[in-house]
Amino acid sequence: MSLILDIAWTHVRARVRQTGFAVAGVATGVGFSIMMAALMQGSQDDFTQRLVNTLPHITVTDERRTPPLQPAQRYFDAAEIHNLTPQARRPGIKNPLATIAALDAWLPGRVAPSVKVQAIIRYANRDVAVTVTGIDPRREAQVSDLPKQMRGATLKALYRTNNAIILGDRLPEKIGTRIGANITLQTSQGARITAQVVGFFHTGVRQQDEGTAYVLTKTGQILAQQTGLINELHIRLNDPLQSRAVAARVENDTGYKSVSWEEAYEDLLSTFLIRNIIVYAVVGAILLVASFGTYNIISTITHEKARDIAIMKSLGLTEFTVRSIFVLEALIIGLVGALAGFVLGYLLCRALGAVRITNPFIDSNYLPLAYTYVHYLLAGVVALVSSVAAGYQPARKAARGNPVEIIRGAT
Amino acid sequence: MSALPQTEPVPLIEARNVTRILPGVVPTTLVHDINMTVGDNEFVAITGHSGSGKSSLLYLLGLLDMPTTGEVLIRSRATANMDEAERALTRLTLIGFVFQFHFLLPEFTVLDNVMLPMRALGHLSNETMRERARALLTSLGLADHMQKRPDQLSGGQRQRVAVARALANEPPLILADEPTGSLDSHASEQVFEVLRDLVERQGKTVVAVTHDLSLASRMDRQIELMDGAIVGNEAMRASG
Repeated sequence: MSLILDIAWTHVRARVRQTGFAVAGVATGVGFSIMMAALMQGSQDDFTQRLVNTLPHITVTDERRTPPLQPAQRYFDAAEIHNLTPQARRPGIKNPLATIAALDAWLPGRVAPSVKVQAIIRYANRDVAVTVTGIDPRREAQVSDLPKQMRGATLKALYRTNNAIILGDRLPEKIGTRIGANITLQTSQGARITAQVVGFFHTGVRQQDEGTAYVLTKTGQILAQQTGLINELHIRLNDPLQSRAVAARVENDTGYKSVSWEEAYEDLLSTFLIRNIIVYAVVGAILLVASFGTYNIISTITHEKARDIAIMKSLGLTEFTVRSIFVLEALIIGLVGALAGFVLGYLLCRALGAVRITNPFIDSNYLPLAYTYVHYLLAGVVALVSSVAAGYQPARKAARGNPVEIIRGAT
Repeated sequence: MSALPQTEPVPLIEARNVTRILPGVVPTTLVHDINMTVGDNEFVAITGHSGSGKSSLLYLLGLLDMPTTGEVLIRSRATANMDEAERALTRLTLIGFVFQFHFLLPEFTVLDNVMLPMRALGHLSNETMRERARALLTSLGLADHMQKRPDQLSGGQRQRVAVARALANEPPLILADEPTGSLDSHASEQVFEVLRDLVERQGKTVVAVTHDLSLASRMDRQIELMDGAIVGNEAMRASG
């Protein structure tokens, strides 16, 4: 063993209690940092996963990013014309089958057509506004998790009767309906149909579960009062993280507004950045406090060992060697503390992961935690760096001390 | 045909007009205008009353402290311009220190303490260092105490361990600051004999600060200080 390591190890080993407290300080900092990071990233990942799975990765609507030029603007660009009523456009995606076929040719995923209509459900003298989506169950199964989210029935139940409807499972709480009940759907355009409830679905996102209903495409078109209408294309990608780029290409190819899930939830996702800054600030503060413990122990050791330092220097050890001894002691405390912190962090994560909790907005049985080596690596590196930084100043001060003053004081 | 010029022996250590003033609101002069030389194989006592500057002079000679003016030369080599690492290396290879209190590292065994300067120098293999440390301790009558810690030894034994540590790198010069100051008369005599043995049998040079005039009178030369200045420098007996 090298002389520096030998002396450093002997010093920290000789002060079991003090070293233990310093190590415990670092370990606590590292452990709780890992736990917080795991909790924060876990909840973030869980939330993102739900967002990704609940909605199509890309939704193509029959809108455009910029309003199309009106005929008057197109033909009389030199003239300024006021109070013209824009030319009415027939709603829906033009030639939807050809569009779907074109997308199917290159899309790294699947596409399904749908009709989205805003309607009011009337049942037992109660009115609830919902978004009714007309779908092709076979194609929809390829672009969403709806089949897995069904409760008490399958998507095929939509074929069971005319005007069958599947409701989010929070709607029955509002209107008191159950499977087999006949409800009335009415739109703002005056369309009105009676539909039979054939099943419920549960996404875990409250907004969806209490405000969405699914019918067959044909039923949706009846509600929209337009035969053959397709006003949305739902796309599911093999890799959800490509949604922005693919949405841009779809929009470029079709001319219709294509919104990726990332764009749809941009505000929400941007809050993650702020949250992460807060998390890492808190984690940094915890480790900073832990480093005070290291500073304290190294200061104490150097103070207690002032005489030994003077003797080592009188024997011929250089300032660098003496400084290295105490920096190494800080490193040992940091290293042992980090390793103990890894174990503590893992155990804390396991303990937190066993806590059952229910969120009023997103159902979750257990706290979601992310287990990744990155958290351990990050906390470990910060702990080591802060320990060395904490140990350096007292080590430097001790190494630069005048041995004569200490020897005189000792005698 | 002219005769060859007679060359003077190079002194082992030399102080030229050395003055050390401690800075402060009221500057304190520790030693003033010291001129002295110590040759090889000398046993020199530095005596004087408390506060006369004995230890300060020893620290200056041992490069633990820097003169405010003047210079210390070792083997005619000026030390004033040495950097910290050079001074440390000089102490490690040419000078061995023995203090009034043993100043052994308490957590280490006797053997480890003696090996410390050799390990710091790093020129020898682990086995060679161990063998040399064992031989030194055996020669000082500590063969049975090698694996003990300092607090398990008597005062005289600890001081002999300190001597062994000072000799670890085989330096030509041993500087001892009141080496018997904290010992009873029996242990004092033992340590004194060890130091004299170093001079007489091993050819070392020992410069020892002491206030014990009876011990000083048994050394080769006595340099007496008063108020930081040399007031006496006389040979006590023929060197050996």
